[in-house]
Amino acid sequence: MSAIIDVRQLDKSFGSVRALDQLNLTLGAGEVHGFLGPNGSGKSTTIRILLGLLRPDAGTTTIFGRDPWDAVDLHHRLAYVPGDVSLWPKITGGEAIDLFAGLRGGVDPARRNQLLERFNLDPTKKTRSYSKGNRQKVALIAALASDVELLIMDEPTSGLDPLMEREFQACIREVRAAGRTVLLSSHILAEVEALCDRVTIIRQGRTVQSGTLAELRHLRRTAVVVVSDGDATTVAPIPGIHDVRREDEKVHFTADDGALPAALAHLLPLGVRSLISTPPSLEELFLHQYGDGYTAATADTADGGR
Amino acid sequence: MSPVNATLATHRQDHRSAGSSAGSLTGTARLFWFALRRDRVRIPLWALGIGGMIAYFGAVIPLAYPDQAALQTRANIMRDPSGALLTGPGYGIDNYTFGAMVTNELLGMLAVAAALMSIFLVIRHTRAEEESGRAELVRAGVVGRRAPLTAALLTLLVANVAVGITLCAGLLASDLALADTLAVSAGTALVGLVFGGAAAVTAQLSEHARTASGMAGAALALAFIVRGVGDAQSLGGSALSWFSPIAWAQQTRAFTDLRWWPLLLCAGLLAVLLTFAVLLTEHRDFGAGLVPARSGRGNARKSLIDPVGLILRMERGSILWWLTGLAVFALLTGSMAQGIVESFEAQPQLAAVFGQGAGGDVLRATLASFTAYFAMAVAVYAVVSINRLRAEEADGRTGAVLATSVSRPRWLLSALAVTVLGSTVMLLGTGLGLGGGAAISLGDPALVADFAFAGLVYLPLVIGFAGLAVVSYGILRAGRWWVWLILISSIIVGLYGPLLNLPDAVSDAEPFGLMPRVPAEELELLPIAGAALVALILVAAGTLAFRRRDLEAG
Repeated sequence: MSAIIDVRQLDKSFGSVRALDQLNLTLGAGEVHGFLGPNGSGKSTTIRILLGLLRPDAGTTTIFGRDPWDAVDLHHRLAYVPGDVSLWPKITGGEAIDLFAGLRGGVDPARRNQLLERFNLDPTKKTRSYSKGNRQKVALIAALASDVELLIMDEPTSGLDPLMEREFQACIREVRAAGRTVLLSSHILAEVEALCDRVTIIRQGRTVQSGTLAELRHLRRTAVVVVSDGDATTVAPIPGIHDVRREDEKVHFTADDGALPAALAHLLPLGVRSLISTPPSLEELFLHQYGDGYTAATADTADGGR
Repeated sequence: MSPVNATLATHRQDHRSAGSSAGSLTGTARLFWFALRRDRVRIPLWALGIGGMIAYFGAVIPLAYPDQAALQTRANIMRDPSGALLTGPGYGIDNYTFGAMVTNELLGMLAVAAALMSIFLVIRHTRAEEESGRAELVRAGVVGRRAPLTAALLTLLVANVAVGITLCAGLLASDLALADTLAVSAGTALVGLVFGGAAAVTAQLSEHARTASGMAGAALALAFIVRGVGDAQSLGGSALSWFSPIAWAQQTRAFTDLRWWPLLLCAGLLAVLLTFAVLLTEHRDFGAGLVPARSGRGNARKSLIDPVGLILRMERGSILWWLTGLAVFALLTGSMAQGIVESFEAQPQLAAVFGQGAGGDVLRATLASFTAYFAMAVAVYAVVSINRLRAEEADGRTGAVLATSVSRPRWLLSALAVTVLGSTVMLLGTGLGLGGGAAISLGDPALVADFAFAGLVYLPLVIGFAGLAVVSYGILRAGRWWVWLILISSIIVGLYGPLLNLPDAVSDAEPFGLMPRVPAEELELLPIAGAALVALILVAAGTLAFRRRDLEAG
C-alpha cells in the first residue's frame, strides 16, 4: 500500500504557541482514515499544511509523494471540505458548487444533480440565505461530485441533521468502494467508528495513537461486571486486572487485553451467576487518550484553534 | 408568608406590572449602552470628520477668496444652473459671505455625510444584526420586540447630536452668528435623522442588510437629485426642491435671512418614518423581510469558474457604483466649465491653484487638474479594492480557493487584474464625463475627444498605489496604514500643495503632479514609464511575499 499522505515529525508554531509538535500521520491509498483530537489539538493546522496553505517549521510532509508547499498542480487530485464553510455572497449555492468543482478541474453534472437531490439542497438560493448546514452541503457536494483521488475533510458534518449525516456516511462508503482515499477529521466518534479503517489520535500537536480500530482496542481494557456466589474481588492479584471494586452484589473490574482468560479461569469456580464484558468503544479510547491532560490541553490551546 | 418571601413576591409583581406596560421595550437601556459601546470610535470619528471639514473650509476659504470681489465671482457659479445643481438654492449671492457659502455650497455635503452615517448606523444595529443571527440570541433574552429598534434609534440620535455639536463648534470658530449656526447644525442633524428613519423602514423591508442600505441610499440619492434639479430651475429653489429633505435644511436661509420653520418639515417626516418603521416591526416575523429574496441560477456560467471571473462578479457592483458616482461628479464638474473660466479670468490667484500656467488655455489646464483629482479618487478605489483580499482571507474563502488548483500568484494577480480593469474604466469614465460636461457647457465637442483618454495617463500610477496595497497584503503583518499614509499625503499635497506653501522638495515628490497634465501639457512618456516600472516592482515583490507566507485562515 503506497502512502498518499506521509507526515513525519511535523513541527509548527504560531508565535509562542506550539501548534504541532513532532506530529506523524500516514494514509495509504484507498483507506478512510479518521483524524481525531480535541479542539485546538492541531488537526486543522495539519490539514492546512497538507493543502500548502501553511508552511511547516520542521519535519517532512508529502502528499502524493511531493511537498505540498509547491504543489498546487496536485490539487487537481484532491478535494477539501472545511469545517466552517464561508461562501461568496451574491452567488447561488449551485454556482458555488460549480465554482469549487470547476476550479479543481471539472464536475460530473449527473453526479452533482444526484447529490443535490440526496442532500436536499436548493441550488438556486443565494448563499447568504443558507444556514450553516446548507453551506456545509455546498462544500460536500462540490467535493463529492469532483473526480478526485483524495478527499480531505475537516469536521465535514458539523451542522448537518441526522438524516443528512446518514446520507454523508453512505456517500463515504461509496467513495471507499470506488477506491478513493479519505482523511476525515471528526469529533463524531460514531461516524469515525462506522466509516474509518484506521484512526490517528492527536493531542497538543502530537500523535498519541495510530492504527486500525482493532489495534487500538488492544490498547484499551475490557470492562467486566460479574455477580458470583464466591468473592469475585479475589481476581485483584491476577496480573493485568485493574480497578476492582464491589457495588452491592456486583463486582466491577477492567482487564488488559490478554488477561481475560486468566480472570475467567479464576472466576468460574466461584459460581458465576451473571457476567457482562464490554469491549472498549472508540469513545472510551478517545477519553482514555485525553483522560489525563485533557483539561490542561484544551485550556492551553483554546485560542489557537488553527 | 415570611418577610423575605413577601418581599420577593412584591418584587416579582412589580417586575411583572412593569413588564406588561413596557414589555415590548424591555432591555432597551442595556442594548442602547451596548450599541454606544460598539460605536464609541465610529460616532466620534464621523462627528469630528464632519465638524473638521467645516473648520477646514473656515480656514481655507478666506485664503482662497480674500476679498468681497473674489467671493462674488464664486457666487456667480451659483447663478449657473449647473452650479446650483451641485450645491444649493443660492441665497444671499448678491452679498456673498462665508456663512452664505456654508448654507449654499457646504450644507448639502454635510447633510449627505450625516445621512450616510445614519443609514450605516441604523442598518448596522438592526438588519445586519438580525441577518447575522446575533439578534436572535439577544431577542431570546429578556428583551422586548421593539427594544432593538428603539436602542438603534437612540444611538442614531446620539450620533446626530454629536455631529450637530461639532458642527456648531466648527462654525463658531469661524466667528459666525450663533442662531444661524444652530440652524445649520440642527438642519444637518435632522437630515441625518430623517435618513436614519428611512433606513429604519428599509431595514424592515429586506432580509438582507446590503439591500436595506441600498434602498435607503437610493432614497438619499433621489433626495440629492430632486433638490439639485429643483434648485437648478430657479434661484432660491423651485417647488420641486421642496420634495427633498436636504433642501429643507438649506431653505432655512441661514446666514442670509434665517427662518426656522423648514426644519419642522424634517421633524414631521421623521415622525412619520419612525411610526411606519415601528408598525412594520409589529407586522413581520423575526428575520423575515417584506420584500422576498429572489432566487438565482442553479448552475454557474463558465465565466464564473475562473478567479478573474469570480472576483469580477464580486466586485462588479462596487465598480459600477464607483464608476457612476465619479462619472456623474465629473460630468457636473465639466458642466461648470463656463463658470470656471469666468471665475478664473476674474481671479488669477485661483487660476494659479488649478491651472498653474495662467497664460495658456486656462480651461484645458483646469480640467486637466480635475483629471488628476479624479485619478486620485480612482487610486483610492484601487487600494480599497486590493484591501478586500484581507477580508476574503480572514473569512476563509481564499483558503478554499487555494485548496483547488489555483496558485497563490494566480489568485493575487487575478484580483489585481480586476482592480486594473475597474481603474481603467473609471479613468475613462471620468475623462468622458469631464470632457462631455465641458463640451455641453461651452458647445465645443472637441473637448470630449481631448479628455476621454486623458485620465489613462494616470493608470500606471494608480496601479502603483494598488501595488503598494499588494505589498502590504503580501506581507500582511506590515499592516496597511502606511499605504493610506502615502496615498492620502500624496492627495493632500496634490490638492492643496499650492495653498500650503510647502517646500519645493515636498511638492515635487507628489506623484500625481509628476504625471504630464494632458491635454494642457505635452504627453511626456518618461514619468509614465517610471510609474509603470515602480508598479511592476511593487506587484512582483508583493506576489513573492504572498507566496512565502502562511495563510491566516481557511
